[in-house]
Amino acid sequence: MKVIGKDTQRVDGQALVRGKPVFADDMQLKDVLYVKILHSPIAHANILSIDVSKAEALEGVVAVFTHKDFKPHYYTTAGQGYPEPGPRDMRILDETVRFVGDRVAFVAAESITIAEQAIGLIDVEYEELPCIFDSQQSMTAGFAIHPSEGTSGIHDVEKNIAAHLDAKIGDVEAALAGSAHTFEGSYSTPFVQMAHIEPHISLSWLDDNNRLVIRTSTQVPHHVRRIVAEVLDIPVGRIRVIKPRIGGGFGGKQEILNEEVVGAVTLKTGRPARIEYTRAEELFAARVRHPELLTIQLGFDESHLLTAIDINILEDCGAYGPHALTVMSVTSQKALSMYKAPNIRVNGDGVYTNLPIGGAYRGYGAPQAFFPLESLMDEAAMEMGIDPIDLRLKNVFEVGDDVPIAKILGEGREGFPMVLYSTEIAACLNEGRALSNWDALRSAEQSGRFRRGVGVAVAGQGSGIPGIDMGAAFIKMNEDASFNLQIGATDLGTGSDTALAQIAAEVLNVSVDKIIVYSSDTDMTPFDTGAYASSTTYISGTAVKKAAEACKAMILEQGRKLLQIDNAEIIDTRVVGSDGQTISFSDICIKSFYTEEQTQIMGSASHLSYDSPPPFNATFAEVEVDTLTGTVRVIKIVSVTDAGQIINPKMAEGQVEGGIPQALGMALSEFMPFDDKGRFTNLDFNSYHIYTSNDMPEMVVRFADSHEPTGPYGAKAVAEIPINAPAPAVANAVYNAVGVRIKHLPIKPEQILAGMNGK
Amino acid sequence: MKVQFELNGRLVSATHLPGTTLMEFLRGEEFYSVKHGCDHGECGACTVLMDSRSVNACLILMHTVNGRKIETLESFSTHERLHPLQENFLKEGAAQCGFCTPGMILSLEALDRESGEIDEVQVRDALNGNLCRCTGYVKPVKAALSTLKASRKTGNHEDEGGDS
Repeated sequence: MKVIGKDTQRVDGQALVRGKPVFADDMQLKDVLYVKILHSPIAHANILSIDVSKAEALEGVVAVFTHKDFKPHYYTTAGQGYPEPGPRDMRILDETVRFVGDRVAFVAAESITIAEQAIGLIDVEYEELPCIFDSQQSMTAGFAIHPSEGTSGIHDVEKNIAAHLDAKIGDVEAALAGSAHTFEGSYSTPFVQMAHIEPHISLSWLDDNNRLVIRTSTQVPHHVRRIVAEVLDIPVGRIRVIKPRIGGGFGGKQEILNEEVVGAVTLKTGRPARIEYTRAEELFAARVRHPELLTIQLGFDESHLLTAIDINILEDCGAYGPHALTVMSVTSQKALSMYKAPNIRVNGDGVYTNLPIGGAYRGYGAPQAFFPLESLMDEAAMEMGIDPIDLRLKNVFEVGDDVPIAKILGEGREGFPMVLYSTEIAACLNEGRALSNWDALRSAEQSGRFRRGVGVAVAGQGSGIPGIDMGAAFIKMNEDASFNLQIGATDLGTGSDTALAQIAAEVLNVSVDKIIVYSSDTDMTPFDTGAYASSTTYISGTAVKKAAEACKAMILEQGRKLLQIDNAEIIDTRVVGSDGQTISFSDICIKSFYTEEQTQIMGSASHLSYDSPPPFNATFAEVEVDTLTGTVRVIKIVSVTDAGQIINPKMAEGQVEGGIPQALGMALSEFMPFDDKGRFTNLDFNSYHIYTSNDMPEMVVRFADSHEPTGPYGAKAVAEIPINAPAPAVANAVYNAVGVRIKHLPIKPEQILAGMNGK
Repeated sequence: MKVQFELNGRLVSATHLPGTTLMEFLRGEEFYSVKHGCDHGECGACTVLMDSRSVNACLILMHTVNGRKIETLESFSTHERLHPLQENFLKEGAAQCGFCTPGMILSLEALDRESGEIDEVQVRDALNGNLCRCTGYVKPVKAALSTLKASRKTGNHEDEGGDS
């Protein structure tokens, strides 16, 4: 292959390193209105009255919106397939607020300062309601957070259960009873934040034809268009959503967060509108990773083969349920797609609390699965006296295996059968064993104040959502044999525009700079479900490959006509007839435009897959624990991934190198504490500490030699997989260093010290 | 209020309201390489050079820039030529989403101007105020080291203060 598997300059690289105005907010709109939201200061309350007269009287205030301005209409902010698999439990503005940060009202004014002032002038009388801050109390609280009529899809309103799932294969109880070894543990994963450096930012205006244009930092432009149309009750055809370059998303921008707000302002006033979240708003009012409490049981036979896996999930959805069902089903599905246990069972409830709203965050339920599973696997290995790597090698799914959970547990409905066509997890483990110096470090005597340890964890993910995720592509040819590639797929900063250009270039025998990419504009590009579920390379990439092949077939057909010959083939960038005549791509296009057999050479295609081949990863963490203070420092991470054929090595490495510190943040540095009123207290980057350049461990990132037969040129996904295994690898390394088993993230020094003193 | 200062090599006069930050002013004047990420000097996305030192433009009030020399990333390249840091960021794939890239490059340029020998510790220190959620800093550090070490080998790093 000429282009696939090679580094290439990013198609947007020049603009990015030059600091060109390519992000959503990098433009000025004449007469723009600045929009600010009044967020609830109370975790749960009815709004008894709301007086906006003082705000409206302030000079420079143009419009104030409260729940009285909108008909009660329930929707979900989750930018996912339609009809949405989760509950519809949210209104644009409601008479009840359900967490500190919920929307109460919004103001449009001539400046940000005036809008902020006006927010402070709105008088709200609240009737405080009882609150739930602990997901373990949601089902028995005795009151409902969402009692309102008009919601739909809530599993059990009275018990505050937003979503429920259960699935089983075989007889787990009998299998556990008959197992030679059984292990059980309860683990929790915390609230964490996506913390993309570019905040949520949306601009809107009316174009010359009175259509609503929304330029927004989103991962899901087509879902934005559909949901804004629904909420503001205007036709989809009247809305254009444009996604420029995005300053990171990680799932946080899979949410329709404020697009409907600016849209409402523009429709009412006729003027452009702009809303941007402050960092504090990002932290308390945007979305978070769903905390989950998992209780797992594992059974093994005498030869250390898994007999049963039993999983109980309690998912904290926060105040509303976007992604409530699907995050939990990913937790279940990924946990049960790693090891071939003949008996499996999962039971999960996603419950409401009066805390921030769980959304989509890289990994989407999988990190919540692999911390418990891989911690308990480590414990099982220690107890059974077997090397943790060997225990995993014995039990992982292999090529040709049926993964039965996939069929019974899909995206909010029954799934599709899954057979593994590719897995190199064994190669990942073996390479990581050598690169991490595992054997020497595991057996090294530890004494003194600073103790080192090494731990391992494995993980899987998916490549798109089977039977749901669809991407489409359109390619047209120009006279110089360059091609315009138009895709609905959404590059949220990952470089997917470049990967997709590489796929088109490979098919068309041209260099990547001959592919001119334009993506994510609902007026100009075909549909794509969007950038989530690690779908872009696998799903949209296959659409691009098919569109390019259609275009190439048309080039050949035109070449044959122009050469007036029946038999011809494409060699490099020429059509070569069986009689030896040739014509270049460029001449074919020029003639096809201007002189003979006139037509536009083009191709288009859509792609949907019933397969979702899992990428796999083995992560090894080496840590140093300070036994005096209880602090943990990560010294080195070795991450070996099977992502199928790598399209662009540097970009794939970048995905892994960026996913790891997010996982380490969840394990060690990112804290979301709440006070007794449900107020999140770490409202800036000083207190919500994401990894800095000085915090980083030594990083060793490798890819296994792998080929996925269902993927474009053998590719699988790479975006989410690296975030799943580092946290349990660190926890297992801590155990190796000081013998303390971490069951609750983030790891706190006091946990380590208490664990050591308890020994 | 009125100030005069040098901006990317040109003398400018600016009228501003009290309390206006340098970040607000620069973005208002369409110097969009100066990004808005946090308003508190924590993320480094708005980094600019003030008298060759890297500063968070969101923490600099306009009345304090009088007589200073301010540089933004816009001054680092021409339409034909990139600054060596930009070249290597491109080559190494160090810009992922690219939002924090301008700030990183300016922090590294400040390091380049103030330091003689360069090692990885200095590079990591220089980037410590530039939060990045995409790259794990691996490729930015690599791009920085290859640029700054190369310029020292050829002995012309003194001349590389942008195009100003």
